[in-house]
Amino acid sequence: MTADNREKLAVQDWPGRADVVIVGGGIVGCAAAMFLSRYKATVVMVEQATDLAMGTTKANSGIIHAGFDAPPGSMKARMNVRGNRLYHELQPALKYEVNFLGSLVVAKSDDDLKTLEGLLDRGRQNGVPDITIIDRERVLSREPNLSRDVRAGLWAPTAGVIWPFGAALAMAENAVRNGVKVFTGCRLEGFMLDRRKICGVRTNKGDIACKLVINAAGRWADEVSRWAGDDSFSITPRRGEYILFDKSVGSLVNSVLFPTPTKVSKGILVSPTVHGNIFIGPNAENITDKDDLSTTAPGMEEIISGARKLIPDLPLAAAITQFVGLRPVASGDDFIIGPSALVGGLVQAAGIQSPGLASAPAIGELVSEIAAERLGLVRKPGYVEENPDRPAFAELDSRQRQELIARNPLYGRIICRCETVSEGEIVAAIHSPVGARTVDGVKRRTRAGMGRCQGGFCGPRVVGILARELGLPLDAIVKEGPGSQLFFARQTLRGGESHE
Amino acid sequence: MNDFYDVVVIGGGPAGLAAALSARRHGAGRVLIVERDRELGGILQQCIHVGFGLHRFREELTGPGYANRYLRMLADTTGIETMIDTMVISLTADRQVTVVGPAVGLRTVRGGAVVLAMGCRERTRGAIRIPGSRPAGVFTAGAAQRMVNMEGYLPGREVVILGSGDIGLIMARRLTLEGCRVPAVLEIMPVSNGLTRNIVQCLDDFGIPLYLSHTVVAIRGQDRVTGVTVARVDDALRPVAGSQFDLACDCLLLSVGLIPEVELAREVNLTLDGRTSGPVVDNRRQTSLPGFFAAGNVVHVHDLVDFVSEEGEIAGRWAAVFAAGGMGGEARSADVLPGEKVRSVVPQKYVGDGDHTGQCRFYLRVSQPLGRCRVTISDRTGRRLASKRLPVAKPSEMIEIDVQHSAIEIEKGPLTVAAEGV
Ligand SMILES: Cc1cc2nc3c(=O)[nH]c(=O)nc-3n(C[C@H](O)[C@H](O)[C@H](O)COP(=O)(O)OP(=O)(O)OC[C@H]3O[C@@H](n4cnc5c(N)ncnc54)[C@H](O)[C@@H]3O)c2cc1C
Ligand SMILES: Cc1cc2nc3c(=O)[nH]c(=O)nc-3n(C[C@H](O)[C@H](O)[C@H](O)COP(=O)(O)OP(=O)(O)OC[C@H]3O[C@@H](n4cnc5c(N)ncnc54)[C@H](O)[C@@H]3O)c2cc1C
Repeated sequence: MTADNREKLAVQDWPGRADVVIVGGGIVGCAAAMFLSRYKATVVMVEQATDLAMGTTKANSGIIHAGFDAPPGSMKARMNVRGNRLYHELQPALKYEVNFLGSLVVAKSDDDLKTLEGLLDRGRQNGVPDITIIDRERVLSREPNLSRDVRAGLWAPTAGVIWPFGAALAMAENAVRNGVKVFTGCRLEGFMLDRRKICGVRTNKGDIACKLVINAAGRWADEVSRWAGDDSFSITPRRGEYILFDKSVGSLVNSVLFPTPTKVSKGILVSPTVHGNIFIGPNAENITDKDDLSTTAPGMEEIISGARKLIPDLPLAAAITQFVGLRPVASGDDFIIGPSALVGGLVQAAGIQSPGLASAPAIGELVSEIAAERLGLVRKPGYVEENPDRPAFAELDSRQRQELIARNPLYGRIICRCETVSEGEIVAAIHSPVGARTVDGVKRRTRAGMGRCQGGFCGPRVVGILARELGLPLDAIVKEGPGSQLFFARQTLRGGESHE
Repeated sequence: MNDFYDVVVIGGGPAGLAAALSARRHGAGRVLIVERDRELGGILQQCIHVGFGLHRFREELTGPGYANRYLRMLADTTGIETMIDTMVISLTADRQVTVVGPAVGLRTVRGGAVVLAMGCRERTRGAIRIPGSRPAGVFTAGAAQRMVNMEGYLPGREVVILGSGDIGLIMARRLTLEGCRVPAVLEIMPVSNGLTRNIVQCLDDFGIPLYLSHTVVAIRGQDRVTGVTVARVDDALRPVAGSQFDLACDCLLLSVGLIPEVELAREVNLTLDGRTSGPVVDNRRQTSLPGFFAAGNVVHVHDLVDFVSEEGEIAGRWAAVFAAGGMGGEARSADVLPGEKVRSVVPQKYVGDGDHTGQCRFYLRVSQPLGRCRVTISDRTGRRLASKRLPVAKPSEMIEIDVQHSAIEIEKGPLTVAAEGV
């Protein structure tokens, strides 16, 4: 009964046909959906996971790079610089949390200084605004906790930190508000082709006839492309591990700190998060399993020793959690964006590794322009640019809190005490355009469970609220994916035992 | 609406209930209890096992049974208001207490005195850094206890318990009785930090193995826990290479310690004791900020609720005296220090008692397991004020020692509490 219920929830108003299907609800898919929603077209986005942005978009450094890393002329360089700019422009209407606090590449040796000059030059060619090299004294006055052996730094004021999930969700909600249909728990399993041209997609929930597919499937983009008949690239996951610190050490660093980069990676960095925590990471390790999200003890040691090169006094006792991200690295190394050369109706947004987050709005914009051009789409009147305000108890002053509770008493019941999240916010997150269906979904939208106690106290309460609001029994509520059920009914257990 | 109360009590667990009743008995006209939960009683409400109240009531009650004794007394008392489903979200040094709840909205009340009785919280996975994936099925033991005993749902079917604190031990038994399999309880230290009676009654009686000097080094499973990797640890608590083994389970419960809930105490900059993690209090349970009192698990984590109630009574009494302006500016105090083989002691300061009759009780925890031993309290001159012999002492079991007020001379402080083998 419960499975049926959930099924129904998900597939009500299933679209038989669409102009465009976007595969993958990561930051790239969401950006594409938002830009496409400006056109008169039927657009559907399908995401296999139970929530949006749970692939690479969920666990990464969250940095909106300024754009000086990638070689001039590359797709990466172009998208990064444009993407950074779009994040600045879109924020007032979309209201995602972002903090443009600038980044600093720290040089410690003669070689590093040379690399820094090279980066400065690249940055200028790429069109990055306002980057400069600053001397030791200015570096240390910005970052007093930095290692004393620093020689100089490359300062990029347009860089920032963002909460990737929040940004993706804001774009998706805007898309839904403007008519895009989003299906989570919906996995693309194949294509309907007509002489090497796409005429529809097959999913676990049913088929959709369509004219064009945007492949934004992240680290599975090679697989999706292959199913359509384009096997021109492959993707390797590269693991990156992180440690997150409590807000109590939030003043440790003031901007995004990078060591001078090597060929493989930008190195272990130390950065504030948009919410005022500090994180260190990531390392870089090529692996084979695209689903392996476990942290390792050697990995932890690697990032700790790496981060100590920047900040010798790491407050390890204030570590609150650790996590892993998998970079989708394409065989050719640059982003693959544009129409497939082998299959009609397939537009790739693949190999979107770092700086893919920073580039996402630009990628979304570009693929929507390509789609519009191919399908002859026109802009739609009445496009709503603005997302409505979402009150967060923790950020309001007393008068606003009073008003809010007077309107809806649920805002007066604090569920998560570490982050001061009220029941009202959780209920709103469940009933929003791309609503939370899982405990982690609630956590991502409201921060309930993100604090010091990591959901120890509020987790079970959130399960209860989800069950009540979705009309499901408590044991049907999952943490994240299918099978991640949190609690079991007592009777089921007894029943199960008596058969043995 | 009159927003002034003689005494505002934060937290409606056993410490808060006892404090409120005692404050009222000692002359506070208007007392307020603010409780975040939808019912009073605190952690007791989820402890459906027996073992509460042996000292107080000479009876073995369940947690809710013990709470009910106090709730009945509360019902028979006028002048105590309660706000349930209401949380204190901030405090100021001039005793403004801001509360929020669906029924009361957001309000600020003022107290002639404030009693902190917020209890403790459980340590979680983040604080102990277990590598591995992050599947569903990892819970703190107390959260699981609440689910089982109050909501009627189980956290898993095959449950490994990390940490041999009392909640972990009690959950091992509870879950076994519910039909779950508990393949092991793991403890990183060479000794358990649970009460001996709980090890016997909750593990031994059910044949559940306790692995001392063992810990979880990895959690396996993508969506739901499928198992844990366990290793033996050396003296420095580092995993011993080659000692790893796997246990299949779908749930890991963490019973890795409780820490006083001191967020609000921090807001008013109360001096905290690094050993107990709670605020420093004197024998009247007044904190470093005059007018702020504290009792129960927020001061130091207690084993037995009886002593929590006792501490609440002391705090409530003196809060009432303070609110009535009867406290006077006691300038003289003696520090109370943990000496040889003692890890922590409460109260951390001695200021004397109004009439200087009767006894003052000190609570301590030893820093290492001891066999036959003697606990003593002496002053600076080396004079022994009290001593107590014990057949055994364990860090996990709190010890009380009573001293006659008349025996203590404040100018001869500090007082030192020590333990020695005999
Ligand atoms: C460790 C690390 C650090 C990084 N740091 C940064 C940084 O600081 N700044 C930056 O700009 N970039 C950074 N990146 C890169 C950035 O995270 C990615 O480029 C970006 O998130 C990619 O987004 P995406 O939408 O393409 O992929 P994803 O977020 O992976 O989205 C793809 C989605 O497609 C879905 N999908 C796949 N197959 C199917 C199917 N068959 N049917 C339905 N759905 C499907 C997946 O479930 C997934 O949700 C980092 C990456 C890593 C790993
Ligand atoms: C699992 C477990 C088993 C135990 N078993 C036994 C036993 O068998 N026998 C025995 O004698 N003792 C036992 N104890 C010990 C004893 O019961 C506890 O030490 C005692 O209940 C602690 O009382 P307290 O009032 O200090 O804290 P709590 O009972 O935790 O009460 C604190 C209250 O404060 C509230 N609160 C916290 N912050 C706020 C805020 N900001 N605003 C409003 N309200 C707030 C909380 O909701 C809670 O209700 C056990 C303890 C535990 C945890």
